[in-house]
Amino acid sequence: MLEIKNLHATVDGKEILKGIDLSVNAGEIHAIMGPNGSGKSTLSYVLTGREGYEATEGEVLFKGRNLLDMEPEQRAGAGVFLAFQYPVEIPGVPNTTFLKEALNSVRRARGEDELDAMQFVKLVREKTKMLHMSDDMLKRAVNVGFSGGEKKRNEALQMAILEPSLAILDETDSGLDIDAMKTVADSVNLLRRPDNALLVITHYQRLLDYIVPDHVHVLAHGRIQKSGGKELALELEKSGYAAFTETAAA
Amino acid sequence: MSTETFTEHYGALRDALPGQDLPWLSRLRADAFARFAEAGLPTPRQESWKYTSLRPIEKAGFGADGAPRACISIDRAPSLLPSASDHHRLVFVDGHHRADLSTVGPLPEGAELTSLREMLAKDPAWLEAHLGAQAQDDSQALLALNTAMMMNGFVLRLAKGTVLHDPIEVVHLGGAGEGPLAYHPRNLVVLEPGSQATLIEHHTHMGEQPYYANSGTEVTLAEGAVLHHYKLQADALNAFHTATVHAEVAAGALYDAFGMTTGARLSRNEIAVRLAGEEANCHLNGAYLVRGEQHVDNTTRIDHLVPNTACSEIFKGVIDDKARAVFQGKITVHRDAQHTNGHQLSKVLLLSDQAEIDAKPELEIYADDVVCSHGATAGDLDHNALFYLRSRGIPEKAARAMLIEAFLAESVHNIAAQGLCPALMSSIGHWLADRRGDL
Repeated sequence: MLEIKNLHATVDGKEILKGIDLSVNAGEIHAIMGPNGSGKSTLSYVLTGREGYEATEGEVLFKGRNLLDMEPEQRAGAGVFLAFQYPVEIPGVPNTTFLKEALNSVRRARGEDELDAMQFVKLVREKTKMLHMSDDMLKRAVNVGFSGGEKKRNEALQMAILEPSLAILDETDSGLDIDAMKTVADSVNLLRRPDNALLVITHYQRLLDYIVPDHVHVLAHGRIQKSGGKELALELEKSGYAAFTETAAA
Repeated sequence: MSTETFTEHYGALRDALPGQDLPWLSRLRADAFARFAEAGLPTPRQESWKYTSLRPIEKAGFGADGAPRACISIDRAPSLLPSASDHHRLVFVDGHHRADLSTVGPLPEGAELTSLREMLAKDPAWLEAHLGAQAQDDSQALLALNTAMMMNGFVLRLAKGTVLHDPIEVVHLGGAGEGPLAYHPRNLVVLEPGSQATLIEHHTHMGEQPYYANSGTEVTLAEGAVLHHYKLQADALNAFHTATVHAEVAAGALYDAFGMTTGARLSRNEIAVRLAGEEANCHLNGAYLVRGEQHVDNTTRIDHLVPNTACSEIFKGVIDDKARAVFQGKITVHRDAQHTNGHQLSKVLLLSDQAEIDAKPELEIYADDVVCSHGATAGDLDHNALFYLRSRGIPEKAARAMLIEAFLAESVHNIAAQGLCPALMSSIGHWLADRRGDL
């Protein structure tokens, strides 16, 4: 589904990613772990096309298409979703208006008919019920006045509605207490399907107790230093990232 | 600046102006015209006109016409309110009252809503006491011109305790004349103690001709009176619009104003509010969307004259292309006005490199125990929000439109007359739809 080959990227002219190779297949969960400043968030922004994050070398294929040539909205339409580390507050835009506009944009990109107001309300009800969310969050402006946990659950709701093939979770556990993290992880697990994949970016191992990865990669100094199974995450929990940062620096 | 055009108008129309047989009124006009003739049209050399030039008005060669031409045929004037809702309507075409298009009443006991001309015929003594009572700033040349040339306008008068539940909509249609026309509507609102009303002004156009509407409005709110005063200025893009408002707010009264500007080649709203009694309160809010070579100027002055008064003022603007906006907001807290609460904010989105805002917030405080703030911001759309929307599949143009709409929606949804919100939001929507091509 996702093929990253020798990806180099710069931010403000500084090279942050220095040759990433990664292959993610449908149905898989990959975790990318690494210390602060290793390039984890840069990878998520390069994959979703954020302004200022420039790929300088290598390629990224998503379902065989060149992802790096696409606008952010086209990537979303093709099935890429980023759950933000810090979901953005948008005063004045009601959450439902936002969700409907997003869904219908993605449906248009997929060649599907737009949903009318009634169909949309029905769908949202279904999804909020599935995620055990209250309707209250729908009426408020996007993320405005939401608690940290509510913001992350709103990301999960967007994911449930847009049904992406590849969801990138960027530090989803940051700023959440253990109960809130568990709730969000439960939501993410409910959305798993054999035909979609997850890329979980995290500093800490704890999230991976709830979203269990098939593959774990250690990112440091802009490169994947080591890959392994879920046991690699536990190993990191014990020994920390020092081994990798030192190796790379040497 | 030259006053020739208007001197000609005054000379030609003087005898036909309403109320010329009333000595007090013809004197009021003559004095006002003398002031105007001496001062001339304002020029950027004057402090409060530094950023706005009326030269285009002078160049446009506006004519004046004294008598309404009844032949202009329209079925009905547009409305900003849902058709099902009950409300009173006064319609003016090129400044002339059109009784055939207006629908007033039934009004509660103690309420009077009529045109200035009718009021002159009916109760000139009452008019004599109120016309010019608030509008006494002799430095305002456009107001003087309005006083000299006023032909018609609306008059709202509520007796003590009268509450008008249904809103009043005043529709001004311009551009229907055979040539470029200038006219000077004069409006009067007098609310006696405890009375309440909601007034909606809609300025729009029906013909192709350029026009210049120079209005003057006087608002007197007695103790505990409440006026919600809304205005949508959606004049033609070849039109000129200057409006001078004077409001005096007595103890416990509220002047709640919101004005939205999308129209006119050049417009200026000059609003002065005097908070003259304790617990007097005013909301002076506005929104504007301008593009092309439009120029919009909001100049406000709020005077806190006594202790324990409050004002809040938020103007939000969206400026595209080479359009230019001016915001001059002055809040003066006089020496006795302890415990004043005054807040002012100007926020602007600049959508192009050539768009311009001149913001001049001013606080003058002569009392020592007050809470006052002011601020002015100008910038582009929030890039983080834009990326967030796009990352959810929303195309860039639609995402930009959503954020612009949201920027103004907050102001619109805060107005008390919720029935007016859909119309205001849809005029924002239309503006954005017209812009979609090159947002």
